[in-house]
Amino acid sequence: MGKVLSFLTATRGKNGKLHWTDWVSYGYLTLGVFLMFGPVLWLVISSFKTEADLQRFPPTLLPYAQETVQVDGYDNPLPLFLMTGGDYEGQTLAQLRRVGSQAQMVDPANPDERLRVNIANREPVEKLHLATENYTELFERFNFLRFFWNSTFITVTATAIMLLVNSMAAFALSKYEFRGRMTVLLMVIGTLMIPQTVVLVPLFLIVTELGMFNSLWGVIIPGAATPTGVFLLRQYMITIPDEILDAARMDKASEWKIFWRIIVPLSAPAIAVLAILAIMWRWNDFLWPLIVLTQSENFTLQLALNSFQGELQTDWQSLLAMTVLTLLPISAVFMFLQKYIATGIASTGGK
Amino acid sequence: MATIELKSVRKSYGTAEVIEGIDLQIAHGEFCVFVGPSGCGKSTLLRMISGLESITDGDIVIGGEVVNDIPAADRGLAMVFQSYALYPHMTVRQNLSFGLENINTPKAEIDQKIENVAKMLQIDQLLARRPKDLSGGQRQRVAIGRAVVREPRVFLFDEPLSNLDAELRVDMRGEIASLHRRLGNTMIYVTHDQVEAMTLADKIAVLRLGQLEQFGAPLELFNRPRNMFVAGFIGSPKMNFIEGQVSADLKMLELASGEKIALPSSGFAIAAGQKVTMGVRPTELQPDETGPIALSVKSVELLGGESYIYGSLANGGAVTIHSLGQTSVGLGDTIQVSPKIEEVHLFDTDSTLSLRDE
Repeated sequence: MGKVLSFLTATRGKNGKLHWTDWVSYGYLTLGVFLMFGPVLWLVISSFKTEADLQRFPPTLLPYAQETVQVDGYDNPLPLFLMTGGDYEGQTLAQLRRVGSQAQMVDPANPDERLRVNIANREPVEKLHLATENYTELFERFNFLRFFWNSTFITVTATAIMLLVNSMAAFALSKYEFRGRMTVLLMVIGTLMIPQTVVLVPLFLIVTELGMFNSLWGVIIPGAATPTGVFLLRQYMITIPDEILDAARMDKASEWKIFWRIIVPLSAPAIAVLAILAIMWRWNDFLWPLIVLTQSENFTLQLALNSFQGELQTDWQSLLAMTVLTLLPISAVFMFLQKYIATGIASTGGK
Repeated sequence: MATIELKSVRKSYGTAEVIEGIDLQIAHGEFCVFVGPSGCGKSTLLRMISGLESITDGDIVIGGEVVNDIPAADRGLAMVFQSYALYPHMTVRQNLSFGLENINTPKAEIDQKIENVAKMLQIDQLLARRPKDLSGGQRQRVAIGRAVVREPRVFLFDEPLSNLDAELRVDMRGEIASLHRRLGNTMIYVTHDQVEAMTLADKIAVLRLGQLEQFGAPLELFNRPRNMFVAGFIGSPKMNFIEGQVSADLKMLELASGEKIALPSSGFAIAAGQKVTMGVRPTELQPDETGPIALSVKSVELLGGESYIYGSLANGGAVTIHSLGQTSVGLGDTIQVSPKIEEVHLFDTDSTLSLRDE
């Protein structure tokens, strides 16, 4: 912890004096932090705002809610106002109803007497308030867990299938000599140049013909092999020396065993990178699930988020809360896997 | 019995022929060394025997069985690679046990075998380490251990010492020799270093451009090289070659410069006027005031106990002299030298073949 702190507060200037490069670099870094984390922070704070607070202009940074009070003789809690002018200046009154610029109010201490005030003479009494109901509603009103499960199932299954298919293809394309190897590789890379939107309709027809329409498998299977993944893994596997494979062959290892025991462990850094990418692609995928999945019980989180945004009205507080919940798993995955991105170039045991 | 027989074995990549029909017989328990300059096909030949490389034509017979179509794993061979090819993600113990696990050896037996081999190769302290934490020599031992632990019929070594420094190379050379004595297996060893070949081998196969130049015991190759290539390749420093023409009375070799060297009276089939190259080892060519040829000295190396004199003949040919003790010859001197007549070799200049008549 002390190390982290001294690293974060390191300066070029000595004895507490800041060199001008310190100003520049810290300013630059602060700007970067603000640019990158500002929106995320804004999102998280906003997700705890009530609907009224979200509509307020100008917006506040922190979530506020108006204080209310239970007054004898009234069923619902009444909102509190501090009078800033007029006859009752300085008093805290509860509002009964409002008509135009006039409001009917009552003193909580003296509930029988109704007071008429001009709304220009008052301001609401507010306090910090976390609208956790935004989150609990997700579970009560919407089937959040269902969407979460759909997204998780698609992401995990599709990533697993994709890693398996891609690494086997990459192994064949990098380590076996066969006629047409280059052609196959060029075709794989060639598909990179075809935008997804071009193949959207044919892909949809195939998926429908195979009876996978409105099924999670219809989302998983079409993306099982990605040219990017094959290419990335192949480039990495080329660097594994052939002599290691020859040694394994002399050790009576089957080709399958060579793949599992030698190639996969040695390609772990590249596979981890691909896994991170795949998880992010799958979790954030929107267009293809939108086309294949039409029934709401099959919706992924991204589709559910979209459904909050109607043509006429948008359920902002639910949208924001669900966005936060959608971000959490992907951030966790990234935190656990990021160390693999940079580490581990296979040491061959040779010089 | 692990005899190995190659019957006109060929290998070509497309139209390029890299092994041009090699016949060879290696007896059981023999230590055979394939030696030759880079690109001569010696490693390819080894990989063909191992089964890692297919053969284009001919037969490979191991222990009386034609193994052309038997995959590498089932030939009962073990190979030590030039880069060691240890599995980098496994510990030394896992490296050793991988092959045994693949043939479903019981766990207790694996442990027993690893323990024995590790003790023998003095790597028992390293079993928990990974290859990247080992020195070059230790990696080499592990690579050999991985081959030994499977108890193969035949060991194949592909330039195993070329990544080690000179001192370690001499040590490991001794260890491989003692390993061979202890195990008594047939071994094939590929190297480009003729010193390794001479010190280790029972039999040496000299290869050049995919062809077998000569196959025989080390001293046989040294004493009776079949052609100029073998003569020049075996022995260090290299043999000196002096070109000339046989005189009419068959007693003299006449050099282009007019100098004349006496020829041995018997042992060679020569004809008058034939163009002949005389081969003389640096130790058999000595300064002699009455010697028949003049040598202008280009450089001298004095090592105390021995001396090397490098020079050129009147016809431009480079010549090396190796003599014991110290010499007073200096740079730029011209000295007379004479070859020991009973130790010279004669080759036909055009065909490069030896003219020995037995």
